[in-house]
Amino acid sequence: MRIPGRAAMAAVGLLLTAGAAAAQTSVKWLHLEVNPNQVKIWEEVARDFEAKNPGVKIEMQFLENEAYKAKLPSMLQSKDRPHIIYSWAGGVLKSQIDAGVLEDIAVPISGYKDNLAPAAVNAFTFDGKIYGIPYAQSQVGFFYNKELMAKAGIDGAGIKTWDNLLDAVKKLKAAGVTPLMVGGADKWPIHFYWTNLAVRVGGKPAFEAALRGENGGFEGETFIKSGQLFKQLVDLQPFQNGFLGFKNPQAVGAFGDGKAAMTLAISTAYHQQRALAADKKGLSDETLGWFDFPTVSGGNGDPTDTLGGINGWLVTKGAPKQAVEFLKYFVSLEVQKRLAAGNFLIPVYRGASEGLANPLMQTVAQNLARSKYHQNFYDQSLGPSVGRVVNDVTAEIAGGSMTPEAAAKAIQDAYRQGN
Amino acid sequence: MSALTAHRPFDSGKLATALLFLPPALLLFTLFVMMPVVEAAWYSGFNWNGFGSPKNWIGFDNYRFVFDNRAFGLAFRNNILIIVVSLSIQLPLALSLALILAEKFRGAVALRMLFFMPYILAEIATGLIFSFVYDGDYGLLAAIFRAFGAQAPHLLASPQTSMLAILIVIVWKYFGFHMMLFIATLQGMDRNLVEAGQIDGATRWQNLRYIVIPLLYPTIRLSAFFAIVGSLQLFDLIMPLTRGGPADSSHTMVSFLYTFGVMRMRVGFGSAVGVILFCVCVTFAFTYKRWFMRDE
Repeated sequence: MRIPGRAAMAAVGLLLTAGAAAAQTSVKWLHLEVNPNQVKIWEEVARDFEAKNPGVKIEMQFLENEAYKAKLPSMLQSKDRPHIIYSWAGGVLKSQIDAGVLEDIAVPISGYKDNLAPAAVNAFTFDGKIYGIPYAQSQVGFFYNKELMAKAGIDGAGIKTWDNLLDAVKKLKAAGVTPLMVGGADKWPIHFYWTNLAVRVGGKPAFEAALRGENGGFEGETFIKSGQLFKQLVDLQPFQNGFLGFKNPQAVGAFGDGKAAMTLAISTAYHQQRALAADKKGLSDETLGWFDFPTVSGGNGDPTDTLGGINGWLVTKGAPKQAVEFLKYFVSLEVQKRLAAGNFLIPVYRGASEGLANPLMQTVAQNLARSKYHQNFYDQSLGPSVGRVVNDVTAEIAGGSMTPEAAAKAIQDAYRQGN
Repeated sequence: MSALTAHRPFDSGKLATALLFLPPALLLFTLFVMMPVVEAAWYSGFNWNGFGSPKNWIGFDNYRFVFDNRAFGLAFRNNILIIVVSLSIQLPLALSLALILAEKFRGAVALRMLFFMPYILAEIATGLIFSFVYDGDYGLLAAIFRAFGAQAPHLLASPQTSMLAILIVIVWKYFGFHMMLFIATLQGMDRNLVEAGQIDGATRWQNLRYIVIPLLYPTIRLSAFFAIVGSLQLFDLIMPLTRGGPADSSHTMVSFLYTFGVMRMRVGFGSAVGVILFCVCVTFAFTYKRWFMRDE
């Protein structure tokens, strides 16, 4: 018994050393993806890359979203840091750049980057240096349940202005239908209302001026007006009962169950509402509709402006050059098409959105392609601290415990405190 | 001279013991208690997000930001509220149950187990279970309200009721622990004293008031100490239930630290909260020991 056991051990040992000799370079890739279907594709992509590039090993590492945010600062400063990390761009990226923990990859991707959506690449560009490769985009907009809207005699496609929306909410309430579903406990689903209003009211110039501290910063007219418009909606009590206790997945699932007529959500909610619905089917393509965030009268924003996310991968200081090569493969036409076909994301690679199987997702892709001003989520672009204050105060407006003016002031105070 | 030589072997033995056993404890204490505290105190003077090394010295501004923060005030109030409820509701409840269940009768052991069970359950699990219980649409509470034909409230979703809901869970979860402390003391108590009281003609109430409860004082003091320290540290029940919301109505100081310091990458600010919390705990521990636990 002993000897065969040892022989087996020796054989395994030999195999291991042989494997190690072949894999000279290993690329550590840290991701946050929880959807097993998507991770499965990613793993296959990693194995494909390894097959095409002998001597390279892609090590996938996973951290849960909140754990990742908490661990990242210390992790990035250790020698053992992962080579590729996840990013939402924005203020957090800026602080990572300032700390000097990221690699400038402008040179290795100089020709390649022209294949990607410029706005997405810009989100990872600072002072002419490029720190990451984007791989997905998303837009925030209203999903609606056609059957419930019909009960109140509303055509969702006809909602173009903020007043249209307020009217629809009133009619839905009169018809006994919950107008809006929102995951208020997570707060950021609420901040979409306020920030999207700010995009409509002030457009790009207002946001940039606020960043420079001009026109009263975030205490300025644009942001107070946004709060006031949001308050008009809140005063109609449009949300489901107990909305401040709902977490986002709960709310998206309940929308998939047909518990409310509309929800303001990220475009990825298209497949999430199915996965999270009680019957795992959710709303079918025939029942599910989409309209862009309504315009406001007198707003300076262009109706094509969009609010949403830009997700990408950063390369950390001292990473092997194969890390960039892998990312170029991961964000290639072929792989992007494959992920688009599963409706997992709105691709950033030119032409890959043809892979999107669904008309609703195609609309979103077109919106993003047409958009001249794509505002990244405030809670990312303003950095983790100020961004979360935006979430806090907008949730408080929704809960009725803060005025629009006080909310705007709180954001500006946080912005002044910095960090 | 003779006295000195007589004492020497004893002294050097004591010294050897100290030299042998003190360094590990001292080292560990310094490494894992004092160092982090000193470090936190140092960080609390910076505006720092955790990247690189702290550079932006802002003095005591972080402390000012903490005290200016409305949520911190609420968190502090909640901590006090939890302490008050622990002492005024949980302890008397635990004590009265202990007095009943310390007797030997059929089912006493089973009941003790039953009441102790919530304490064994992990905090996170408890929080999740109660977030389902409190759910206004599908929860147990909703079912009860519906049975009476009433609309169920979303307790966790309203700033007015979120803390009430959490306090109920706290009492439910921890009274069993305190009850067990009391039962253990009651069972180790000298029965002769109670019997002597009975022979002397004391009523049941007099026996309880003048014999049993005074004998329980050390345990009551210990139990109160646990309750207060536990209240100050409360965190893992809050996160699954409300995460401090809505509108920051249910934060404790620790959940405040986590939400506003760690999650927002404000290491300096979070450290300031940590230092404040540390001071509160240390002040409390020493005062309590000095005033109430002098004899032990």
